[in-house]
Formats: sequence, structure tokens, C-alpha cells
Amino acid sequence: MGLLSDPNRRRALTNLLTRLNAPICVVCYLAGVMWFMGLAFEPFTLRTYMSENAMGSTMVEEHFPAGERALATGREFAAHKKKVGGMPVNWLVKTMESRGLEVFTQSFTRKLPFPDENKERYLVRGTNVYGILRAPRASRTEALVLTAPCSQGNANNQAVGLLLGLAQYFRSQVYWAKDIIFLVNEHDLIGMQAWLEGYHHTNTTGGDWSPLHGRGGSIQASLSLELSSDVITSLDLVLEGLNGQLPNLDLANLFHAFCQKIGVLCTIQGKLQRNDWESTSGYSHSAQTMMLMVLKQASGRPWGDHGLFLRYHIEAATIRGINSFRQYKTDTTTIGRLLEGMYRKLNNLLERLHQSYFFYLMPSLTRFVSIGYYMPAFGLLAVILLLRVSFHLSDRRGLGVGLTRYPGVLSILTPVVISHMTGVALYCLPVMSQEMAVQHFPVSETEAVVLTAIAIYTAGLALPHNTHRYTLPLVLKLVALLYLAVLLGCTALINFSLGFILALSLVPIAAFITPHTHKPLSAAIMVLLSPGCTLLYCVLIFQELQETPVSLQDGWMLFLSVISQGILDHSLYGSLVYPLLALLIYPCWLLLWNILFWK
Amino acid sequence: KFSHLKSYFESTDSPEHFLQNTKYNAGDADVFLSTKMAAPLTLLFIVAITIRAVLFRSSLADLITERVEVVSPLNAWKRVVEGLALLDLGVSPYAGDVFHETPLMIYFFHFVIDYAEIVFMVSAVCIVFLLQFRKQKYALEGDRYPLDCLELIRTPREMLYIPLKVAMFYLLNPFTILSCVAKSTCGLNNAVIALFILSTIKGSALMSAIFLALATYQSIYPLTLFAPALLYLLQRLYIPVNWRRPSFWLFTTQYVFMYLGSLAVMVCLSFFLLNSWDFLTSVYGFILSVPDLTPNIGLFWYFFAEMFEHFRLFFICVFQINVFFYTIPLSIKLKEHPVFLIFMQIAIISIFKSYPTVGDIALYMAFLPAWNHLYRFLRNIFLVSVVLLACSALFPVLWHLWIYAGSANSNFYYAITLLFNVAQILLVSDYFYAYLRREHHLTHGLYLKRKDGSEATLVLK
Repeated sequence: MGLLSDPNRRRALTNLLTRLNAPICVVCYLAGVMWFMGLAFEPFTLRTYMSENAMGSTMVEEHFPAGERALATGREFAAHKKKVGGMPVNWLVKTMESRGLEVFTQSFTRKLPFPDENKERYLVRGTNVYGILRAPRASRTEALVLTAPCSQGNANNQAVGLLLGLAQYFRSQVYWAKDIIFLVNEHDLIGMQAWLEGYHHTNTTGGDWSPLHGRGGSIQASLSLELSSDVITSLDLVLEGLNGQLPNLDLANLFHAFCQKIGVLCTIQGKLQRNDWESTSGYSHSAQTMMLMVLKQASGRPWGDHGLFLRYHIEAATIRGINSFRQYKTDTTTIGRLLEGMYRKLNNLLERLHQSYFFYLMPSLTRFVSIGYYMPAFGLLAVILLLRVSFHLSDRRGLGVGLTRYPGVLSILTPVVISHMTGVALYCLPVMSQEMAVQHFPVSETEAVVLTAIAIYTAGLALPHNTHRYTLPLVLKLVALLYLAVLLGCTALINFSLGFILALSLVPIAAFITPHTHKPLSAAIMVLLSPGCTLLYCVLIFQELQETPVSLQDGWMLFLSVISQGILDHSLYGSLVYPLLALLIYPCWLLLWNILFWK
Repeated sequence: KFSHLKSYFESTDSPEHFLQNTKYNAGDADVFLSTKMAAPLTLLFIVAITIRAVLFRSSLADLITERVEVVSPLNAWKRVVEGLALLDLGVSPYAGDVFHETPLMIYFFHFVIDYAEIVFMVSAVCIVFLLQFRKQKYALEGDRYPLDCLELIRTPREMLYIPLKVAMFYLLNPFTILSCVAKSTCGLNNAVIALFILSTIKGSALMSAIFLALATYQSIYPLTLFAPALLYLLQRLYIPVNWRRPSFWLFTTQYVFMYLGSLAVMVCLSFFLLNSWDFLTSVYGFILSVPDLTPNIGLFWYFFAEMFEHFRLFFICVFQINVFFYTIPLSIKLKEHPVFLIFMQIAIISIFKSYPTVGDIALYMAFLPAWNHLYRFLRNIFLVSVVLLACSALFPVLWHLWIYAGSANSNFYYAITLLFNVAQILLVSDYFYAYLRREHHLTHGLYLKRKDGSEATLVLK
């Protein structure tokens, strides 16, 4: 309390902060970036360990024998799929029933707000088929889920085959204490959304689906299987779900533990574990892995079919089989044994997975960074905003006008309201005005939506300039700084990666923009660091990290498709990234833009 | 600039003049209120009521009604409806441990249930009328103070804007709006306290005692407002607070009698309304023993959820004494300034009470414009307001992460609760410090010199 009450020490501190404000801010920014990059350095991270007692100490044996038969079922499924030209519902129902499950179907229809060009769909109709294996050993109050998608073309046939094989094998075992639900979902996430909403009696996004007639207990955990070849070289674990939510770390630990036990190569973000952390290439490998995770998490979209489960408090992950040119192959029997082992361990759970971390980043499958270690990186960036606020308060000449005068609280409402109205336009207009755009311009609906969004975004830059007469730039700047600080803080809590990336680009301009800086240069910097451009850089960096670099032209096309995907994710699954950017971040950036053009 | 003010002060050297001037000034303010302030005030009311009416009709209302920050088990509208339903069925409303309002409240709502929204909006607007207290005293004691303190003294002109500012702070405060839209009965309790403040400041001892008793009857804690009310009324009647003076004892006894009498009438009336004493345990027992540990913005829930059962009684006593304990030192320190003491007490109640909601905070925040002359002495106001703002934004975020996403846990939410309360305590103590410092400057001069002539600084240790 000494600092709060002793005027001499307060004055000394204020003087220090005022005099050295800019250098301190720069140091904080660099320290934040370095801290973040340091997170991938192995000595600074923690080794993963199994926290959940029920899964850690118990022993299970895996006996699944029927890999070949599963592949045969998969081929049969493929043939029926080809014959029907979609989901072979009748065949699936019959097959599941013959394996002794209680089988139910759910049909759903969904009209997308505009055609999805990546997956070529607009009016989606489909059916989910699921079979429930009732638990013989307990009161059926809890359930586990195994899903495999029925994809177009030849993808994932083996996954469905293995799912059916496992169902048959699990049926003959007596130790199940939880219902096991085997779900084959059509139209990937749309089907998954319909099934989950049906299961939980919710309807968050206005889909149209038939109610479920059979249910198990409350779902404890779920795995989604993606398998498109008879043999694989490695298994990839996908964790990132809707809005950057992650499952409990114990699920990743469980997967890793079984891969080690059975001897399957396992990867995360498609990157293998390396043991040479001392070398530069070793460090850059884990840095790349972590950056990929950060970018995926920041996108806020589900990166596998498991992504929507997390919303319902269900720990879920996607396991994806990868077949590359490596010599060493793993057959389907081994994958089946791996899944059997995982399900037996999950079956032992006495309560929901909660012991381990929910907030983490993974530079490799055996290493993780917990929230206590990564939050300081964001904190160092956020503190810059508060430092600048205190600087402007103590050094009132900075922007020419003092706070001692009547601050004009009402007058700053004008730019704030105009910026937010632009944000609302950016949020609503692209989807609403697509028909009109298609009539008048030679573009498709998807292009119309994306281009309208970009047009409104750009038009926003020209719009609010004539409000500056009524406003004191200092007050506006203080408001913008505080607003941004609170906004980024909340974002970083819900989705660290998104908050951090936005802070990286927005904090420098928020900190140093004043009406007195060199106008064209500052304007150029501001546009380059605006949220839209940040998205473009993220797309390019993501491609670079995935080792599929694209030219600038392709990058631009990808950028456009990412925008349309973002809007679709919002309206289909309720992803929050697009509304956050349009309704809050972009208006906040416009406020800063306003300050720059204050005369 | 000050010549006009100085001549204004020169006429006020005796208590009689002081009183006259007070009256004159108050009358002046009323005139001013009716002419120049009417338009902005009306506009403000229209805006405030529009916001509330729109929110009542929107889908947000359901969401707000569910927020633990806005409603507590004591004042949730859902529980009032439940209590009314039980009453209509002929069952005691306190059966079932859901309803915790007082019997008078349930009978009040029994008659106005259909107009509940209007009642809440009207009560919000009434509070603003009731909070139009004026504090002119300082402007009129000017000549007793050193000359360089003139800039510390508020001009009548500045003070005339206070009612408008108070109205703005209360009606447009998001906390009040949320509380009103959630139909939390906290708004009505606030109205009772505002009535009490108004009648005290108007000098009506009987009305003040009745409303104080009503406020106490509603939620026990306003009991601590007894001391400031008594001090204010004594001050108004020029009775010094002196143990040896019979006039002091006479008035105190009168006031205590009026207070206890009206309290007894209310309690008995409640008994006759329901014909049982159930309400004592269901309302006051519920407030004091804190059996409901639903998270809220207060300090109780987490602490008592974590605690071993056999320490519970001891710590309940410790936590509850907290609210009442500060009355004694504060009354001694602020015995000359009862209105500020009322503010301090209301703030302390809203921080330390067992089921606080944002509506309670809104009440003491409405007082802040009345102390705008303390602004130059406040030291951490900026820090505190930033923390309060950030916490208000973080409450729903952490609640979402804890309850819906399941990735955070109660510790995260409680951390923010703790921070929020620390910020409130800092805010109140900052105002307290500023008030004392201003008093110090008023008697010793604004620019203090050390003995050797260099500039001195005040240090609070």
C-alpha cells in the first residue's frame, strides 16, 4: 500500500513512467514477442503427464483381431455408397443391427446462407446413422462416442469399416460400464451439429433436423476417426475445436501413451516429435508446431469432426490416419487395438476428465505450455496499452489538450457510434445484400459476399473522418486504448491465440498513433496492421508453416475463401471470430484511424 | 473571479445567517431545477425509460434475469413469482426455501404483479428524484477558511449541476439498467434507502426513522445508517454530540424510540399478514447465516464453499461483523459530516453484505457526483475505474469459461470477484482519504509549508 499512499514514491514512479514511457513500451513489446517465441524452447516447457488417476494407473489389454475384416466391411460400405450416391442408410442400419446395436437414424436439412464453394454445397440434406451399445455393467448414465464421417468420394471408407469392426468386437466384451455410441455422420460438421443438437435438445443455429429416438447417458468423451487408406504410417491428433476450445490435456496424453505402448508413430499438426532441441533446427521445428497450433486455434473453426463436441462439455479429439512415403507401415488391426485401449481406459473414468489442463499450447506431443506460462506473453503486450493510458493522463501536453477541461464525454459518442455502425454493416450487409450484388455484377454468390465484406471494410476507412471536429483526440484515444485493452483481455481469456495475434498487430498502432505523426506513413502502417491485413498474413504464414507455400495470387484467393468460411462457420456452427472481428475489433481499429486524421 | 463569491460569504458569519442562506440557496436551486434543468432531466428520463422498455421487450431480458451478478437469491424476480404462487395456493410462501423476501414485499407485489415492469421503471426514476440532496454547507462557511482555499470551495453554480449528474449516474449506469431489467427487487430496496436519505436531509426525524426501519426490515444491513442519520438530525437541530448534555440524550432517545417503534410495527404487521414467524428465519436467518452459496460478486460464497463445517459459525460471525464494525470508527471520525458518512456506510454495506448485486453498487455510485469537489485529491481513481470496468467485462467471460465451456473453474471467477471488491474498497477509501485531506486543507490552507519554508506534502501512514 506504500505505493498507493506515499506521494513521493508515487511521483517518482509517475516521473519514471512518463519519461521512459516509449522505451518501456518498446521493451515490453519485444519482451512479449520473445517470451512467446521462448515458449517453444524445450527447457521452458513442461513434459506431459497423465493426471487422471482412473486412466493412469489401470492396466488394460488390447485384443482387437479383426483389422482385415474391418477393411472388407469398409470396401463393402464403399460399394454401397457408390451405388446409392450418398450415405447408404439402409445398408448401415442393417449392418449395425446385425452387430447387435440399437440403431437409429436422424435426418436433417440445412440451407446455407450462401453456397459453400470449397465443399460445393448449398442445400444440404443428409442422414446420420448411429448405433448404441448398451453398457452391460452399469446403469447407463454415461456414454462414450466414436464417430466416422461418411465423406464424398473415396475418403474415410476405412474409418467406417473400422468403426463397424470395433462395434462388433466391443459388443462381445462384458466390461463396458458406459454406453458406446457409434455414429456415422453425413456432411461432416453439419451432420455432427444436427446430431449433437438433437442429442442435447438445443437449437442454437436454427437448423432443421428430426429428433433423436434413442439416447445413451451423458457423453463423457468422444473420438472422431478419419482413415482413408488400408495401411498408415502415422496417426495425427487434432485438438482445436470451435472458438479455439481445446479438450482436456489428458485426452492427448492418453492418445500419446497408447501410441507409445503399441508402437505407432504419432504426430500433432502433422509434425513428428524430434529429440534435438539444442539444435537450431530442433527449436524451429517445435516453434513451427506451436505456431501452427496458435494459428489453428485463432481461426476459431473446428479442425475436425470433434470440434463441436467441446461446446457441450465433452472432451473430444480427431484421430487422422496419414499415409506418407515412409517405409514403416501400421495396419488396421493395430489402429483398432489402439482405439480399443483408449476406449477401455475412458470406460474406467469415474468422473469427467478435469484433472489436467484445458488451456495449453503444444510444441510437440510430449511437451506443453500451460496458461501460467503463456499468459505473460500476452500480459506484456496488454500492459503497453495501460502504460500509454497512464502516460497520456500524466503528460497532458502530449495530445495538445488537457483533461482538466470538460472532457466532453458526449462528444466522443459520435465517432464511437459511427465506428460501431460500420461494424454492424460489415456484420450484416454481406449476407443480406448478396442477391442484389449477384443481379448487378457478374459474380457468384460466394464472391458477392466476400467482396461486399471487403468493400464495406474499405469504405469504413473513408467514412468517419468528418466527426473529428467535435472530439478531443486525447479523450478519444484514452477511450480507444481502454476499449482495446478490455477487448483483447477478454478475447485472450477465451481464445489465447486470437487475442495474442490481434494484440501483436493492434497494440503498436494503438500505442503510438497520434494526430501529429507523419500522416501518409502512419496511414500506410495502420492499414498494413489492420485486422484484415493481419488475416492475410496469417493465411500466408499458415501455408508457409504447413510446407505448402503459395504465390501471392493464390494466397489472395485463399484469403477470400477464408473470409467466406469464417462467415459460414459463424452462421452454421456459431463460431464467434467473425462477429468479434466485425462488431468489436474493426470498430476499435476505426477509432484509432479516426485519431490519426484528427486535425 | 472570486469577488462575487467573497461578498457572498461575508454575510454568513452567524449560525442564523447560515441557516437562512442554506434555505435561500436550496430555494434557488429549486428554481433553477424547475427552469433550466427541466429540459435535460426530462430528456434523461425519456432516454432511461426507453432503454429499459426496449430491454424489457428484447430477448436479452431473459439472459439478464439469469445472471448471478444481477440477481441474488434474495431479490430474484423468479423467486418473487414463486412466492406469490405459493401464497395464492394458500401455502406459506416460505415453504420450500425458495422465497426470501419480506412479507410486506410479497403483499406489495401481490397487488402490482401485473405492472411489475412499470413498478421497476418508476422506482428507478423515483430514486433519482429522491437523491436530489444538496450540500451547500461548504460554500457558506468560506470566511472561516484561509484565503487560498477558495478554489476548494464549490461555487453554487457548480452545485446546481449535481442533481443532473446524480440522475445521469444513476439512470444511465449500466449496473442500474441491468438490475432494473432483471426486475431485481434490489431496486425497490434502493428506493427505500433513497427515501430515508431524502427525509433525513429534509430534517424530518419521524419520516427518517420510519424509512430507516423499513430499510432495516427489508435487509437488516441499513441498520448501520442509524448513526449518520442521528448525527445529521442532531447537527440540524444544533445539538452538540456531547454525553453530558440532556438535550442530546433526549433527542437520541426520541429517535431510537421512533425507529424501534416503527420496526416493531412492521414486524408485527408481517406476523399478522401471514400469521406465522416463518419469515424471521427465512429472511433474516437467510441473510445472516448465508446458506445459499450460489456464486455472486460478493466475498462470501467461495470462502464458505471451501470451508470446513465446524469453522463455519465463527467465520460467519467474522464476515458479518465486518459490515457493522466500521460504523464506530467512521462515526467518530466523520461525526461532523453525516452525509458523507451515509455514503461510506452504503458503500461498505454493498461491498460486505452477504448477497450483493450490481444494483447495490449502483446506489452508492450515484453519490459520486456529489463529491466531485474531491476529484483533485483522489489518487487512484483512474486505476480503480479501469479495474472496475475490466472486471465487469470479465465476469461474463469467466462465467462462460467456467459454466459453459468447462475449461476454467471457480477459482478464475472468484479471482475476478476478489479484484472487483478490492477495487471497490480502494475507491471508497480513496474518497475517504480525499475527504479528510480536503478538510485538512480547509483548516490549514491549500499550499502547506514546512517549518523551513519548503513545500510540504501530506503523507497518510
